[in-house]
Amino acid sequence: MRVTRWLVPTLYIIFLLLPIYWLVNMSFKTTNEILGGFSPWPKNFTIDSYVEILTNPVWYNGYISSISYVLINTVISVAFALPAAYAFSRYRFLGDKHLFFWLLTNRMAPPAVFALPFYQLYSAVGLFDTPWAVALAHCLFNIPLAVWILEGFMSGVPKEIDETAYIDGYSFPRFFVKIFMPLIASGIGVTAFFCFMFSWVELLLAKTLTSVAAKPIAAVMTRTASTSGYELGLLAAAGVLTIIPGAIVIWFVRNYIAKGFALGRV
Amino acid sequence: MTKTWNNRAWFLVLPVLLLVAFNAIIPLMTVVNYSVQETFGNNLFFFEGTKWYEDVLTSERFHASLFRQFLFTGIILLIEVPLGVAIALTMPRSGPWVSVCLVLMALPLLIPWNVVGAMWNIMALPDIGLLGYGLNALGIPYNFTRQPISAWFTVVLMDVWHWTSLVVLLAYAGLRSIPEAYYQAAKIDGASRWSVFRYIQLPKMNRVLTIAILLRFMDSFMIYTEPFVLTGGGPGNATTFLSIDLVKAALGEFNLGIAAAMSIIYFLMTLLVSWIFYTLMTRGEDQ
Repeated sequence: MRVTRWLVPTLYIIFLLLPIYWLVNMSFKTTNEILGGFSPWPKNFTIDSYVEILTNPVWYNGYISSISYVLINTVISVAFALPAAYAFSRYRFLGDKHLFFWLLTNRMAPPAVFALPFYQLYSAVGLFDTPWAVALAHCLFNIPLAVWILEGFMSGVPKEIDETAYIDGYSFPRFFVKIFMPLIASGIGVTAFFCFMFSWVELLLAKTLTSVAAKPIAAVMTRTASTSGYELGLLAAAGVLTIIPGAIVIWFVRNYIAKGFALGRV
Repeated sequence: MTKTWNNRAWFLVLPVLLLVAFNAIIPLMTVVNYSVQETFGNNLFFFEGTKWYEDVLTSERFHASLFRQFLFTGIILLIEVPLGVAIALTMPRSGPWVSVCLVLMALPLLIPWNVVGAMWNIMALPDIGLLGYGLNALGIPYNFTRQPISAWFTVVLMDVWHWTSLVVLLAYAGLRSIPEAYYQAAKIDGASRWSVFRYIQLPKMNRVLTIAILLRFMDSFMIYTEPFVLTGGGPGNATTFLSIDLVKAALGEFNLGIAAAMSIIYFLMTLLVSWIFYTLMTRGEDQ
């Protein structure tokens, strides 16, 4: 029993890390070595792939555009979802349950269904190929998720706090910003984390809504893989660099992550 | 919590409603529009009624990808949910290792989906990939670009790698909410390991597991990027799931009517199953 307690999680984590190790391994190999055959670690250790990515604007602009639309999306999603989640957690109103489910249906909509109409819609409003297009399009699934998570966290705050504040003469906006938001700060952090995460990993819409100027890093990778032969080393290095922002963000929310995944309601 | 009836709450919801409606209703109407019309280019459209729907519902290609989709979703749910619960049960309940475990386990969830596909592609290459080379060295014939079985094995393994952590994190959150007193009581009563699981841990995980199954169902049902990058839907059509088939029809073959009708049917199916889950979930909440 004592042995299985650490054996199972350890084996699982090794299983999770193996493909990541293999990616890192590839990223430090020369193309010749990669094509030369199987080797469990780089024999001619090189950082050429990383140098190429960090000095070539086509590559690093991909990172800049990805990060910019992800940040815009996170800010919009959280800012819009906050009041809505408050409404759902505190009040009953005409059609509230239907509205909540309708919001969730957008989290269920397969992006493939929306790819083509999104392209036409964002071309028509003149946002095509800007970070704003991707940021707004990702709101489709991030806002419902943000409302869902925030509502869970807000329902954990007793209603007496609201009532006391109103009796003390707080107006709604002042109460919300000064008293309520600090109370659910961890919930807001977790929500921002989830918005970041789902916007960062999504590719289909991001690729459809951009062509040159705002191309996300993931799309730059796809193009490299298909046009300039099979540059596995470059592809692997670019992949490793996409893991880093996520890893940094997880570290910040590590204490809330479990509760966050349960959408605030355990 | 008792909620007060207040229709002014609508003003708080309005911004979200407008933004999501812009993103959801306009594109959805575009899709509905395409699904009932025929075009010969030049923006000339002719009303076709339900023709595309009949075509899709009777086409063998659609049946085949629908079957593959359900098979895939079924397999990964059957693997990921029990595995995730088992791992969550063996995780330490407190101590310095908890954070490390959680961060490492959440890592796959934060990797862009096409990188996940590319990563497993590199991992599975029969000549230089760890998995592909290893399996072949053990004498197991393995080539995911040629054999449908290998391709399926790789796609399922990739999804287990990618998403089991979500179930682990959810189940772990549920387990952590159990007060220590419950375990002590069970110990005094001399409860077996199995009855602790069956009567204390499982009921507490009920809610989070419903969320886990709902999320895993929705996401695996719309899976696109990872298998597309890994296998491109092949060999042949062996791993062509609904989304891949849909994008093929819409962007590859430019069959707008068919693709749109397929989109609507696909969306309605996801909606129906998710509605059933949602009703089950909220019913438990009202009690």
